[in-house]
Amino acid sequence: MTVFPGSTGLVLNEPLLWERGRRGRSGFSLPRRDVERREVSPELSGEAPDLPEMSEVDMVRHYIRLSQWNFSVDTGMYPLGSCTMKYNPKTNERQCGRPGFAGAHPLLPEDLCQGALELIAALECCLAEITGLKAVSLQPGAGAQGELTGMLMFHAYHRHQGRPRSKIIVPDSAHGTNPASAALCGYTSVPVPSNASGILSPETVAAVMDEETAGIMVTNPNTIGLFEEHIKTIADIVHAKGGLVYGDGANMNAVLGLADMGRIGVDVLHLNLHKTFSTPHGGGGPGAGPVCVSQPLEPFLPVPRVVVRDGAFRWSEDFPLSIGKLQAFWGNMGVLIRAYSYIMSLGAENLKRVSQLAVLNANYIKARLKGTFHLAYDRPCMHECVFSDKLQQPHKVTTLDIAKRLMDYGFHPPTIYFPLVVPGAIMIEPTETESKETLDLFVESMKAIAAEARDNPEELRQAPTRCTRRRLDETAAARKPCLRG
Amino acid sequence: MRYLPHTPEDIAEMLEVSGTPSLDDFFAVIPPECRRSRPMALAEPLTEWELNAHIDALAGRIAVAPEFKVFLGAGSYEHFIPAALGFVTSRSEFSTSYTPYQPEMSQGTLQAIFEYQTLATRLLGLEVANASMYDGASALAEALLMAVRITRRSAVAVSRAVHPLYRRVVRTYLDPTGIRVAEIPFRPDGTTDPAALGNVQELAALAVQSPNFFGCIEDLKAFADGAHGAGALLVAGFTEPLAFGLFRSPGSLGADIACGEGQSLGIPRSFGGPGLGMFASRMQYVRNMPGRLVGETVDLESRRGFVLTLATREQHIRREKATSNICTNNSLCALTAAAYMACLGGAGLRELAQLNHDKAEYLKAQLRAAGISLPFAAPTFNEFVAAFPAGFRDTHRRLLARKIVAGLPLETYYPELPGHYLLCATETLSKADLDTLVREVQS
Repeated sequence: MTVFPGSTGLVLNEPLLWERGRRGRSGFSLPRRDVERREVSPELSGEAPDLPEMSEVDMVRHYIRLSQWNFSVDTGMYPLGSCTMKYNPKTNERQCGRPGFAGAHPLLPEDLCQGALELIAALECCLAEITGLKAVSLQPGAGAQGELTGMLMFHAYHRHQGRPRSKIIVPDSAHGTNPASAALCGYTSVPVPSNASGILSPETVAAVMDEETAGIMVTNPNTIGLFEEHIKTIADIVHAKGGLVYGDGANMNAVLGLADMGRIGVDVLHLNLHKTFSTPHGGGGPGAGPVCVSQPLEPFLPVPRVVVRDGAFRWSEDFPLSIGKLQAFWGNMGVLIRAYSYIMSLGAENLKRVSQLAVLNANYIKARLKGTFHLAYDRPCMHECVFSDKLQQPHKVTTLDIAKRLMDYGFHPPTIYFPLVVPGAIMIEPTETESKETLDLFVESMKAIAAEARDNPEELRQAPTRCTRRRLDETAAARKPCLRG
Repeated sequence: MRYLPHTPEDIAEMLEVSGTPSLDDFFAVIPPECRRSRPMALAEPLTEWELNAHIDALAGRIAVAPEFKVFLGAGSYEHFIPAALGFVTSRSEFSTSYTPYQPEMSQGTLQAIFEYQTLATRLLGLEVANASMYDGASALAEALLMAVRITRRSAVAVSRAVHPLYRRVVRTYLDPTGIRVAEIPFRPDGTTDPAALGNVQELAALAVQSPNFFGCIEDLKAFADGAHGAGALLVAGFTEPLAFGLFRSPGSLGADIACGEGQSLGIPRSFGGPGLGMFASRMQYVRNMPGRLVGETVDLESRRGFVLTLATREQHIRREKATSNICTNNSLCALTAAAYMACLGGAGLRELAQLNHDKAEYLKAQLRAAGISLPFAAPTFNEFVAAFPAGFRDTHRRLLARKIVAGLPLETYYPELPGHYLLCATETLSKADLDTLVREVQS
């Protein structure tokens, strides 16, 4: 009999921090006082903040118990489509935790932080080489901030050309961050549909591209997991009308060492270092969203930039067309170090291998689940494949039920109900770090769930039953928000 | 490669199931004109041993304590991080999970963030805090955009005593929006000049930072009254939240939005990032707030649990009509800040804040006694401005060779303040360190 990872076990309850605390306890070793106490004027000083007081052991147990309520990549397969939940190498943690990096003040004089500036310069070179683009800024702190950076650069570029533009083309399969980032720059999104094959047609883009349009935002491979085969033609159409091409690099894990974003005609591309380059997602951040740009966009990159002057690394602000700064300091250095560590550990051959195996894993799952679940677009996919609940609907079972039931089998569910263009989407991205045995277990789980949907659909509607909590009432949470204790 | 589990047999079997002859055939969909014309030119892969040596060498060329005495604050503060804190926050169930889209198997992150939101509101004296933003500077930019949405007005005023790098981020974010940004000057005592506020028409928000960039405590109450009188919101920024262990919170003084950098709360400086954008406001504005929010609810068996909520403000639902393009938070940093506050407790945070204040007061007194001018008279927390005599630039440079970073030269940011340096003293510097600095700057 197949043994699935999902099981039951003793899970401990844990109250909220302040329900545990008792006045008078402390979990902190205060440094010895070696200077005189100087009272602050009573008008300025308030009451001490009302924070829970607990011993070190209570604090540790609290968080260890909470950690055990979480599913993570280190716990098991996490095939969340478009999120690239690959294994996060542990040596990366060692590298960014070194006292020289962890303790570094961001405003150190340049001569006292040469190691940090060198790493920034080296990582920029790596990312430029990997994408085939000209120059890089590591400053954006997340993918969405990278998108905003790109849109700000589009805006600055067109203004510099003397012709500000008002619209931006965004395919209907795009992440919601694309139109939201464009809106921050005052752009009106012009949605364009994908064709029957799930990709963009050049004619569709040509029909809306005009000289009021700043450019297009394209995720490639797209969110259906398909390579935009006409991207070069589309880029030519956009460039011919003076527009620019934004590449959302969320799905870069499929094409490392294979596609050349420079040749394709991409002007700005953001990378998610927490996806493609293995840095941990942290339960929702911090990540990093560097932007890579073509030659015409380079003058608009954020400042300061690292340059080499007289044999040393220096900060330079000498870029008068720059859009300015996105973060107070230089970006999420702790994340950048991990990504650099990953690239240096793998090298060119292995990075290409990463994409090949990521694509192999997705196609293997696609082949094995095809027929059991409805495949939205039956074409060779890249690093992720998109199914739907169409075959389960006759049993009155939904994508949500399937996802919840998968938890009981010991897997994190795929991304669901996205992309919006596939109703009831189940978007599976296994990543390259999952072995064939794990994929087989996942496939068996999905097949078992499909059988349950037919024979015992109530089992799915009640799922999950093995997690810390059963289904949670999200409607009540939104209707009467309780956002603090 | 140790992260790639596939054996040649696995690959052969999987290719067969996929009906694809070779790995290369998967990529036939990439047209030739989109492909790389040559392999990536990257360094040969390093073994773990070689990687350790390489990165250790880079890290070795950065000046850090205890070898160096770094009297720098200016938005990034050195505070002691207890061993227990690093231990719990490095649990990979927290660090290797993603945004808690599936609440049943993410209750650990969700409860931890709910706790963070709660402790953040208590520290900042406001009613609701989001699950965090990228950093203090982008949080300030988002706060001003939020105030514009709420008031439907078209101008904001930002004090020149707000961190200069934060003001640059605000300009970047607001540049394409057409929102006017007026700068409010500071007075001779180092605090923002309230008199200048009256000149700004269509004012949506006034942004003041306290403690401000010069370390001075601002009269937030007066600014709240001024802003409200003009029909605008007061956005209270900060870079050093530890100050609210000792000084009154922005919310209790009338701020409508408080936002700033939370790095001080147990997060390593890490050359400036990742940090923690803290963001709190009055409850009446919650639907205009950017960022993720965690809310309490119940499960099918009526047990308490937590979910992401009020998502209808967000980009994945509202797309271009969202309150922000922000997609995630700096979740692990928020969890760290909450665990740090729990380690200290209210009384501990108070005592640690008092000690920071006292260290800086001691340094001020010693410098003053040595004849160094402290130009700004307003009360300060753990950093302050000193004006050194002409020629101090050489002394500053000479001290670097003696492994002392004697503050941040302000002339770069404020041309009108030549010879002025921003000095910071936290609990991590001993009296002996402070005495050494005073002795050395005189020599």
